[in-house]
Amino acid sequence: MSFNLFYHFGRYVSMMGQALTRPEKFSMYWKETIRQMEAIGVGSVIIVVLISIFIGAVSALQFCYQLDGQLIPMYYVGYIVRDLAIIESAPTITCLVLAGKVGSNIAAEIGGMRQKEHIDAMEIMGVNTAAYLITPKVVAAIVVIPMLVTIGAFVGIIGGYLASVPAGYLTDMEYMRGLRAYFEPYNVFIMYVKSITFAFLITSISSYFGYYVTGGSIELGKASTNAVVIGNIFVLAGDYFIALLLT
Amino acid sequence: MIRVENIYKSFDGNEVLKGISHDFFPGKTNLVIGRSGSGKTVLLKILVGLMAPTSGRVWYDKIDFSTLDKKEIREIRMQVGMLFQGSALFDSLTVEQNIRFPLDMFTNWTTREKLDRVNYCLERVNLAGVNSKFPSATSGWMQKRVGIARAIVLKPKYLFCDEPNSGLDPKTALLIDELIQDITYENQITTIVNTHDMNSVMEVGDNVMLLSGGEIAWTGNKEEVIASDNAVLQDFIFASPFLKRLRVDALEQQKNSRESK
Ligand SMILES: Nc1ncnc2c1ncn2[C@@H]1O[C@H](COP(=O)(O)OP(=O)(O)O)[C@@H](O)[C@H]1O
Ligand SMILES: [Mg+2]
Repeated sequence: MSFNLFYHFGRYVSMMGQALTRPEKFSMYWKETIRQMEAIGVGSVIIVVLISIFIGAVSALQFCYQLDGQLIPMYYVGYIVRDLAIIESAPTITCLVLAGKVGSNIAAEIGGMRQKEHIDAMEIMGVNTAAYLITPKVVAAIVVIPMLVTIGAFVGIIGGYLASVPAGYLTDMEYMRGLRAYFEPYNVFIMYVKSITFAFLITSISSYFGYYVTGGSIELGKASTNAVVIGNIFVLAGDYFIALLLT
Repeated sequence: MIRVENIYKSFDGNEVLKGISHDFFPGKTNLVIGRSGSGKTVLLKILVGLMAPTSGRVWYDKIDFSTLDKKEIREIRMQVGMLFQGSALFDSLTVEQNIRFPLDMFTNWTTREKLDRVNYCLERVNLAGVNSKFPSATSGWMQKRVGIARAIVLKPKYLFCDEPNSGLDPKTALLIDELIQDITYENQITTIVNTHDMNSVMEVGDNVMLLSGGEIAWTGNKEEVIASDNAVLQDFIFASPFLKRLRVDALEQQKNSRESK
């Protein structure tokens, strides 16, 4: 079976159209949103911190190596690590990782409910299942993922410091000076535009693959893989378009 | 009452239902029987709108289901309860939370009122006191009853059960059948039960429809089963040579007692 892009896109749009309607019962949606925030947020802090610290460290070392013996002042390391973290590595790499972790989780959860007829059971009760199962996840991600990205940016900058300053490439003062140099608040705005867009893409795409799963455990595995692969592609494509539009 | 009119359903050229027309009455256990793969589940899914028929109509009393939009379908569904073949209990919720779920979602009752209703439904299926258990920690027979309790918690006008007693021993299966029948009579519900169990047919078959080859092979009630000479029906109900002999004996007895009168 070929991957029919228009078919999937149409079905995705109609699913999201159903999902983004007025909730039957606000309190039930609220409860579910809080639960999802916990699942997405608390469950992802450690991995985001780990990855950000290494990316910050690696980029700092890389620049130290490249700037060594050049005419560019060493405090530029702090400046470059900061902007790289804010514009690119914190939102994009964090979200690529979350597309794997959160995306596969959502696809498996919703897909499992589809296969065990939980979704049918809810439909029969009269629940708008697209809304109840998807909207809280999307909302939770749009709130929590920007927070994770913020943490990622800070930790990345700390990682850069830890890798470069104790190793003697530059001094405390120089790194700090770099961090304060040429600061553009607009870049922070870009970071949040990216994180919110990616949060929406990751959760809605993975929900889509879970919601329409058929068959058995092999199909569930495929849905989970598709959620991650397609989620990653859309995060990268989104990254490109945001860069094109906003810079 | 639920009426189906000329329902056809095919999957990629595989015609599963070929023109089904039938009435299902309130206050009766309406049975849809047939061998595995005869299309019982497909018919039930069409009845509740989880699947669209290729052609044909479904009526809920005076309402033509096929003309409704998604929102109107959801309104009708507030009056519908369904017991799934695998029970379909939410496994991250306790028994109590499962049964309370429709109440949480659709009523503005107080916690006390909801709990009272949940406990009433649990008692109704003889399961008082299991509120805090998780579905995975209960037996299949208990899960079925929790499924029934959840299906009736919003006092439905229509109740659908897909093979409610599959996977249960004959005696337990009978208890489930009787429970469904009692609830149906008490509340004058239009109940539709899919089954391939001949015991169910003989015990609770008020209005039986036999599906075979995508068509209705026979309709009638449990009293009419033994006397009927419909070959498809006899082959389905009295499937083994042993049961066929029992039927011959039963007919013999009937005849003798008639002659001696
Ligand atoms: N979603 C589907 N897609 C394709 N074929 C299906 C689907 N659902 C059921 N069928 C086919 O319809 C026939 C009847 O199935 P079903 O209604 O489940 O039988 P049963 O009477 O055992 O409940 C089977 O041959 C099955 O393969
Ligand atoms: Mg079936």
